[in-house]
Amino acid sequence: MNISRKWLREFVDITATDREYAETMTIAGQKVETTERMDAEIKNVVVGKVLSMTRHENSDHMWVCMVDVAKGAPVQIVTGAQNVSEGDLVPVAQDDSYLPGGVHITAGKLRGVESCGMLCSFKELGLTQNDVPDAYENGIWILNDEDCAVGQDINLVIGNDDAIVEFEITNNRPDCYSLIGLARETAAAFNVPMRHHEPVVKGGAEGELRDLLDVDVPADDLCLRYTARMVRNVKIAPSPKWLRQRLRSAGIRPINNIVDITNYVMVEYGQPMHAFDYRYVSGGKIIVRRAGEDKTLTTLDGQVRELQPDMLVIADETRPVGLAGIMGGENSEIVADTVDVVFESANFNGSSIRKTALALGMRTDASAKFEKDIDPMLTVPAVNRACELVELLGAGEVMDGMIDIINYVPEPYSMPLEPDRINALLGTDIPEADMVEFLRREEVPVEDGVIHVPSWRPDLRCMADIAEEVARFYGYNKIDTTLMRGTTTMGGYSAGQLLENAAGAAARSMGYSEIITYSFVSPASFDLVRIPADSPLRRTVKLVNPLGEDTSIMRTVILPSMLDILSRNYSYKNKGVKLYELGKIYLPVDGQTLPDEPKRLIFGTYGENETFFTMKGEVEAVLSLINAKPATFVANTANPSYHPGRCADIVIGGRVLGVMGQIHPLVAQNYGISGEVYVAELDFTGLMSELAEERVFHSLPRFPAVSRDLALVCDEAVTVGALEACITKAAGPLLRSIRLFDIYRGPGIAEGKKSAAFSLELRADDRTLTDDDSTGVLNAVLDALRKELDVVLR
Amino acid sequence: MKQQLETIRLEALQALDAVTNAAELDALRVRFLGKKGELTAVLKSMGKLSAEERPVMGQIANNVRAAIEEKIETTRAALSARALEARLKAEAIDVTIPGEPVQLGHRHPMNKALDEAKDIFISMGFKVLEGPEVELADYNFTRLNIAANHPSRDRSDTFYVTDDESVLLRTQTSPMQIRAMEQIKTPPIRVLAPGRVYRKDEVDATHSPMFHQIEGLVIDKGITMADLKGTLETLIKAMYGPDSVIRFRPHHFPFTEPSCEVDVQCFKCRGAGCPTCKGEGWIELLGAGMVHPVVLENCGIDPNVYSGFAFGIGLERMAMRRFKISDMRMIFENDIRFLSQF
Repeated sequence: MNISRKWLREFVDITATDREYAETMTIAGQKVETTERMDAEIKNVVVGKVLSMTRHENSDHMWVCMVDVAKGAPVQIVTGAQNVSEGDLVPVAQDDSYLPGGVHITAGKLRGVESCGMLCSFKELGLTQNDVPDAYENGIWILNDEDCAVGQDINLVIGNDDAIVEFEITNNRPDCYSLIGLARETAAAFNVPMRHHEPVVKGGAEGELRDLLDVDVPADDLCLRYTARMVRNVKIAPSPKWLRQRLRSAGIRPINNIVDITNYVMVEYGQPMHAFDYRYVSGGKIIVRRAGEDKTLTTLDGQVRELQPDMLVIADETRPVGLAGIMGGENSEIVADTVDVVFESANFNGSSIRKTALALGMRTDASAKFEKDIDPMLTVPAVNRACELVELLGAGEVMDGMIDIINYVPEPYSMPLEPDRINALLGTDIPEADMVEFLRREEVPVEDGVIHVPSWRPDLRCMADIAEEVARFYGYNKIDTTLMRGTTTMGGYSAGQLLENAAGAAARSMGYSEIITYSFVSPASFDLVRIPADSPLRRTVKLVNPLGEDTSIMRTVILPSMLDILSRNYSYKNKGVKLYELGKIYLPVDGQTLPDEPKRLIFGTYGENETFFTMKGEVEAVLSLINAKPATFVANTANPSYHPGRCADIVIGGRVLGVMGQIHPLVAQNYGISGEVYVAELDFTGLMSELAEERVFHSLPRFPAVSRDLALVCDEAVTVGALEACITKAAGPLLRSIRLFDIYRGPGIAEGKKSAAFSLELRADDRTLTDDDSTGVLNAVLDALRKELDVVLR
Repeated sequence: MKQQLETIRLEALQALDAVTNAAELDALRVRFLGKKGELTAVLKSMGKLSAEERPVMGQIANNVRAAIEEKIETTRAALSARALEARLKAEAIDVTIPGEPVQLGHRHPMNKALDEAKDIFISMGFKVLEGPEVELADYNFTRLNIAANHPSRDRSDTFYVTDDESVLLRTQTSPMQIRAMEQIKTPPIRVLAPGRVYRKDEVDATHSPMFHQIEGLVIDKGITMADLKGTLETLIKAMYGPDSVIRFRPHHFPFTEPSCEVDVQCFKCRGAGCPTCKGEGWIELLGAGMVHPVVLENCGIDPNVYSGFAFGIGLERMAMRRFKISDMRMIFENDIRFLSQF
């Protein structure tokens, strides 16, 4: 909501600077977003009087004028305009002056003749023909009829000696979408009196209102109140200058006196109004109803609007003549020869207006106000104010009486003032008398401890609401700052959050940096990572109204998010990138309104030194650091996102809780990455229930260990995992560790065979092992290897 | 013989002075003190001396031996000191050559800022709570006292998951207030709920359709607005420095009453007004307020017995201010050159 500080002075006297005004209002709860001086753009432009005019010696159309600007000798200015005469008052942009749009005017020569500035048109001063209806459009603006003096700053002549204050109005204060509402707030914030104005209408125009006009409101659920008055024998003309300037300060284009009056009242009271040409209200009957069968209406702006049956319209006996609360119809518009006028001042259901405006894509000043559910008590003072202005302007004859249809029961609201509870909530010690005074400043009367809430304050309904009013005027910043007393609570993380912190720290210790990616992805991402068309992962949570296809479904796999980011880094030519993310996926579950949101921990990397085994080592390290149960890695040749020969399921506690490996070359290609990409995905939520027992101390070995190396020869098909498993089982409890240290194929080893060399560490807790001990273990191991896997010693 | 011994002593000491390495030293020791050495030879001839002369000569001979042995030892020590010195000199390196690079992993700056905030609140007795991002409209709006026709419910503002608009992507972490009260039931409640939220904003330097908030909620007997101020002041001073200037100004949220927004005086201009604070001198940090009695009632908590406060902080903007990040897009772009700065 923008208001003019000059217009505000009609209601309240404030001498504060713009900055002080903004500060005080903001602190009192009406936040000022911006303050713009209207005279900021025009500098050094004054009223001048043309003393003499001579023809330019080098031009057949230019004039050389001597202009008095009330500053010493007259100045010489060259103009090409033809509508200036000697003796005229004109706007003079002097040497080193500024015009709207940053135009800088300096002295110079025009075809060899010195010109100390420029005579201006109204357009050059940022005005439109509507602002100055009498001015000649294609020439210099002649100011003879304006109330001005030679040498006067032009900003004063056009009413730019003003500042426009933009307020952020909160939803609970529809009353503040009006000048009067903000004047009331201003008076309260500065603790100064407010001047109220009660409209006085003389009336007396010929005829009986009821004979001319009838109003019927069948849609009584959507129209809370409909108030109308009539004006006869109107003389349509431009509004006077003061009214035009006020509309301009409110950002509204002046049209003609009748329309301008409705807009003026809307700014002042916050009550949108409409004026109909009575001639086109067929049958003299106004019907407020739903559109029903009517399919279209051409609005004032010439647009044909497609009506829906539920939309509220203002109709006469035959057709709609206006879109209720949004815009009037072209068919009943006020025109130059309008004779009789109907003023509508109504109150419509906010959500109905909002829905219609939204559906038609036409949010107007009026609809924006109705949306907020404005006070139905406003209709009568507003329509009276309009009639008063008609009489003030001599724009027509107001008829006595009004039509006022009320479809709601006004219920005055009152409640007790509870000073103790208010102080208890705020943590203050404010005396009751002060509270009463704060409320009085807001025009909320308190009598004998009872608050009588005015109709324009539907936001005041309970003690907490009153506490806010008290706090606002006591000063939020004067309230103490204390620390909470009462029961002490234990703060902290849940076990799951602690595990997340540990996993993140572990990942970073392996050189992986954290990323944060969008939870919504493109449906095309399934294809990019080659997830089959019939995969259950393609069942997603879909957005009804996404920003675009690219962000239209909630992810069920986290892999595409990681690949997106790796791809972006790759395209930036970033080398050796290692990234991780701990993020949610969103899985629809039958019979559940909300999806499951389990967490995934994903690692992704590309770069020179990255292999399957570097990543495997890192994954094992991270799992160890978060104390997961031991993991086994089982070849998975069927995961379509991964290289079929370089992919393993990660099995923990008997459950597949992850997958890792090289990304399938086709997938990498889909993401524009040539070269190897490695990824590990872990079901983090699943991992939380597969943690090893908490670690406790084991005493350090007291007896030495014996190390034995075994070089074995086996078929290619026998995996290292199988060899290890067989050795471990056969060796028994004396085996403390087993480490693969070489794999060899080549001369000395038959085709189709390989040699694998292991180092075994044997140890007992209670004695030093003898040669017999270790030989016994090795024999058992070799025996088992030969029998189970056909493995021999090299 | 005495003369002979003196000659040996002088020769040995002279020769040892000239020694340059361990081999020479050994050779001299053998020459003078060895089994076939010069001194040994003299000693062997002691038998020819008279019983009176023998002890005297023996004494002299021992002195000569001791002198030579001592000289050998000091020479040996000097030699090894010199050798060590030479080795150290030879092993000297250019310490300005860069260290071997270690690839470091980095915490995302937004989570870094979140960690700082969490630590502060945990020390004040808050528990960290999580909840669903795909949420019921009932929790996101209705039970938070947000009217059925409130514009924030529009499809132009909120992402919906169902056509009937009963399920949505939460637009704020405030539904966690409801969930916390439902979960914990009886106050005292002190929870912090950080998480992702979604609004239908196009991506630009200050907006993203997905962003993060931290919700805080305290419910207990006798909780006051002064407590709210004290708690938030503690956070802000901890995050932005003890000399931060803070102001509280009235605002409106449907689920708190009284409500406020909290501004911190612009770090750049100290309140004078500059482009960073859009000339206002203040930067908006967060919204807060006393929990609305209707919300308490909606969660089965008696507003006549308990009161509380809630606050919501935008995490991206907090991190951007904390780390002077100029463009929100950087946060979600995840360029390693950005991430590795933190």
